[in-house]
Amino acid sequence: MSEREIIFARIREGLSIKAHAHYGDGLPTTEEHRGVMPPVGASIEEQLALFAKNASDLKATFKLVKDASELTAELRALRDTEKWQRVATHKSPLAQTHSAALGLATLVADDGYDKHDMEQCDVGISECDALIAQTGTVLVTSRSAGGRALSCLPPHHIVIARREQLVADLPSAFALVKRTYGVSYPSMISFITGPSRTGDIERILVLGAHGPKKLTIFCL
Amino acid sequence: MSAPATHFNEDARRVAPDTRHRGIIQTAMGKYEVVRDQRKLWFQDWQGARNLAARTKFESVNHLDKHLAEFTRNIEARGTKVHWASNAEQARNIILGILSDKQAKVIVKSKAMTSEEIHLNDAMEHAGYEVVESDLGEYIVQLRKEPPYHLVFPAMHLTRGEIKDLFQEKLNDAPSDDPEALTMVARRALRKKYLQADVGITGANFAIAETGMISITENEGNARLTAAVPKTMITLVGIEKILPRLEDLALFLPMLAVMGTGQALTCYNTMYGGPRQLGEADGPEEYHVVLLDNHRTTLLADAEQRDALGCIRCGACLNVCPIFRNVGGHTYGTVYGGPIGSVITPHLRGLQQWKHLSYASSLCGACTETCPVKIDLHHHLLQNRRNASALPTGKPSFFQKLAFKFFAPIANKPALWSLTTKLSRIGMKLRGLVNGSVVDPVQAWTKTRDLPPIAKQSFREWWKEHGK
Repeated sequence: MSEREIIFARIREGLSIKAHAHYGDGLPTTEEHRGVMPPVGASIEEQLALFAKNASDLKATFKLVKDASELTAELRALRDTEKWQRVATHKSPLAQTHSAALGLATLVADDGYDKHDMEQCDVGISECDALIAQTGTVLVTSRSAGGRALSCLPPHHIVIARREQLVADLPSAFALVKRTYGVSYPSMISFITGPSRTGDIERILVLGAHGPKKLTIFCL
Repeated sequence: MSAPATHFNEDARRVAPDTRHRGIIQTAMGKYEVVRDQRKLWFQDWQGARNLAARTKFESVNHLDKHLAEFTRNIEARGTKVHWASNAEQARNIILGILSDKQAKVIVKSKAMTSEEIHLNDAMEHAGYEVVESDLGEYIVQLRKEPPYHLVFPAMHLTRGEIKDLFQEKLNDAPSDDPEALTMVARRALRKKYLQADVGITGANFAIAETGMISITENEGNARLTAAVPKTMITLVGIEKILPRLEDLALFLPMLAVMGTGQALTCYNTMYGGPRQLGEADGPEEYHVVLLDNHRTTLLADAEQRDALGCIRCGACLNVCPIFRNVGGHTYGTVYGGPIGSVITPHLRGLQQWKHLSYASSLCGACTETCPVKIDLHHHLLQNRRNASALPTGKPSFFQKLAFKFFAPIANKPALWSLTTKLSRIGMKLRGLVNGSVVDPVQAWTKTRDLPPIAKQSFREWWKEHGK
């Protein structure tokens, strides 16, 4: 017998004695989940306001921009204040074009890159799959946001989202993942909720433990 | 008394009266309690959420075979290599085998209690690999050559001053004792390691059967980097971590964050389903998942305590436990401390050696009340006491038998009871003369506790006076 078979045999033997289901059995429905989870407003405006509030509580920056030219202006202003030299991005309609408009040395992750070069970048600019109002979360995957490192290796992560990407809550976000990728899932799906942080020293909050110190979300 | 029991007694005696230790723990827990309670109120129905979570875990654990088979099938379909380990030694050998195959030198790790359980770091270091813990708290305790103090906050027993001195000594880099400056020291040191590392090792908080993914909850981004930069990734996960469906995470991720750290959601909750896929920019070329039994099936076979396999390692029961807060995390001498550790360790490592943990409880039930998946913790401690007393060594001692021989008739006869109470009141007064000295008959008790005076009037006496 293989080790797998041995472990399965032990599991089946153990389960031959039934346990009592004190709190009922059967898996809860999404409606049951929604009934207990934190409330989210029904209208888009309320959800947008909730996302903005959550992002600000998390010390992320959230900005609504009305068009591509305003976004470019915002990015250029950040480039100048933070004195960016190198930018990392990925092949995508929004992130790549806006990165190109910065006129800096640009690493495009999909082309294959050297990890040391990526680490030297001042900023990673990516797209995302969704913004989640309930928790102020940005949902990215290895397919939608230029792989695994782009959103966590550079010290500043900038997300460019479209307004219609806003979803109300976590159940909607998981439903979206299933709808989008059900046939073939990407190897990484990440729910990013604010910039990297730690409280490991005397429970005092410090931003930028290992991942980005800053998270900026632009919403078109 | 078993060696672990002796160790427990010695450490508890040393730590419990240490007011400095107590101060550090109370400060940390005080901050946690405030945010945890705010977040519970943020839910529309926290008690309802606990019920749903308990139901989900019941379904997962009681159909573990079905879900594990589904998990394996789905994650293998994406090119992941799944390994099975019945015990710690097998798990260590599987991982050492992969490291040697890959001719690895530097290994970077993100937090994994399972790796503490199988003493993986010792084995890897012994085999000559350089192993670096990347979670800040774990990194600190690794530099101190210490086990983690707490499931969620490994370095919560240390002050910034101690951490500064440690960094100065080990890294020669400690500009000040400011937590931010200290965090940046670790960030700089570990960035180099990420770029050098050949293999990244992680644990997992959940394993999703339906989609074949593991899910990692973290705040620092260290697990993200561990899974992104090295060419080989290994995840070591207990077989009980299964959740049936992807959408179950919608409930479990915020509940884990609320109870673990008092956050709405931790900073990074990431699902990994395989090595780098076609068309993806980066990620490991190889992904290995090691599924660990190591006596989890022993606990599974105990239908009465099976629900303990639903534990999500949030640490909430440790935080509310009056024993944990007094004796501290290291006293337990186990990987899993606090109430949940006291329940599961006798199953994982043997009741004979670890039965003393069942008594490291006031049976107040705070653990059961706080547990997000509603594990019946304090009753399980009682059941372990019952099971321990059925062991050949569990027989009461001569003195215990003698004590009950006297106690039973007194407690059974009201007149005798009343007389004993009256005599005890006199005895209490006389005791004042020898209070705390070697001839004090209750000295063993009062060394670490108060002996409250017996009430001036018993209820029976009061009833006679006022009752009618």
